[in-house]
Amino acid sequence: MKIFEKFLNIDRRIIFLLILLGVAIPLIWTLGFNLEVTENVQSVYTMLEKIEPGTRILISFDYDPSTKPEIQPMALALMQQAFTLRLRIIATALWPMGVQMCNEAFEKVSAEYPNIEYGVDFINLGYKSGGMVTINHMAKDFRSTFPADAGGNPIDEFPIMKGIKNFDKIGCVISLSAGDPGLKQWVMIVHDTFGKPVAGGTTAVQAPTMLPYVNEQQQLVGLLGGLKGAAEYELLINKPGFATKGMDAQSVAHLIIILFILIGNIGYFATRKQKDNLKA
Amino acid sequence: MLITFLVGALIIVSEFIPHKPFNNLSTSLEGWFLIISGFAIILGQLSLFKVNIIKIHRKAPNWPYFIIALVSFSVMVICGILWGTQQQPGLIPVSDKMLNFFGVKPFDYIFKYLFENLSATMFSLLAFFMASASYRAFRARSPESTLLLIAAVLVMLGRTTIGSTLTGWIPESLGFLHLPNIASFIMKYPNTAGQRAIMICAGLGVIGSSLRIILGIERSYLGGK
Repeated sequence: MKIFEKFLNIDRRIIFLLILLGVAIPLIWTLGFNLEVTENVQSVYTMLEKIEPGTRILISFDYDPSTKPEIQPMALALMQQAFTLRLRIIATALWPMGVQMCNEAFEKVSAEYPNIEYGVDFINLGYKSGGMVTINHMAKDFRSTFPADAGGNPIDEFPIMKGIKNFDKIGCVISLSAGDPGLKQWVMIVHDTFGKPVAGGTTAVQAPTMLPYVNEQQQLVGLLGGLKGAAEYELLINKPGFATKGMDAQSVAHLIIILFILIGNIGYFATRKQKDNLKA
Repeated sequence: MLITFLVGALIIVSEFIPHKPFNNLSTSLEGWFLIISGFAIILGQLSLFKVNIIKIHRKAPNWPYFIIALVSFSVMVICGILWGTQQQPGLIPVSDKMLNFFGVKPFDYIFKYLFENLSATMFSLLAFFMASASYRAFRARSPESTLLLIAAVLVMLGRTTIGSTLTGWIPESLGFLHLPNIASFIMKYPNTAGQRAIMICAGLGVIGSSLRIILGIERSYLGGK
């Protein structure tokens, strides 16, 4: 049967075209599939809800533009929730381009919260090289690690930094991470050494490697994994955004991939049967 | 080698005895590390420049691409130094004409409208290659590959909204058959068990190689074999 042989050798351009259509069409016309909130995402939301208003939290932007479509929606949703709860955000970056990611997120979110003031409710401390050593140094001497904000202004000028010497006065740490250094290093130092709650968001590819840290010891309070994690968070804060829209595209793309896997296997078994019959 | 031994031993001791003088010494050493790692970035940039120039000079295969890389790198550096970035001032102020044209500083304009989109495009291309690779690789040729295939399909369905839609009608008493729950189970137990095994092995490996360096058995970082 020639058709089964064709199943085995579909031109890759057909696959590419179908993936393109499968991603593009749902981005233009929303399909609106059901979305459920998973336990790991709910835990991050609950952790922030329990923090007293006015508390300072640290968000680290450990990613760059290549993973922006997956992680930036998480940053936006987390900042929206934090500002709604009147939490104050200290932002850092272990990746050089995390600084710009943070600026863009703050610009977008601050437009919705006109009362938010830079230096009072939010500060971007910028990038610092060194990865895990930087975090360890922050825990011992925060002010010498970040003597100035991303704009080069001394941190003593900003009320949000008053009394911050280490992680003692920080409610929790959230790392939005696309690799190394990132979430793993924050867990190892901030939670494992200093006992502060840590949560995070990662790309879908990285999520399986971080899941072992979501355990009984709560090394990670919760984890937002990929676009789905971001979409679930948007659902929790009741502000559907890019991630919710992107989930339709991702779902259709996954479905197309599964269909091709099925076609490939049908072709494989049918041709194998033919070959077996010929041998017999 | 002696410096490596002393610094390595000091850092280890300071973790177990977090009191004077060990804690102060380890904090100072961390400060030094941060300064050195800052210089490493400059070194990396110089190395990038040198490697590209050598390849252009020798007309290595695809050498015009190295010119593009150098030009792009130089444009970003020059824009950053001359006019600064969103938060950092540059050597010369940005003229109103320039601001009207770009809307933001030139560095931020290139970063936002060129670099971000190009980076995201490169990462997005993975979706196409993964789709093609999955179609060719996920064949039920053996019991192991069949297991991998089934797990992959279940996780792919469970990690999307389609999984919820397909099995949303299942009553709560049979919740374990719900696709997102099956995907969560796979991720939480078999995946975590495997990941932990890898992490423990990697951790032991790191301890072993660190000890080899501290004790002077491994000397390749000094240029030896």
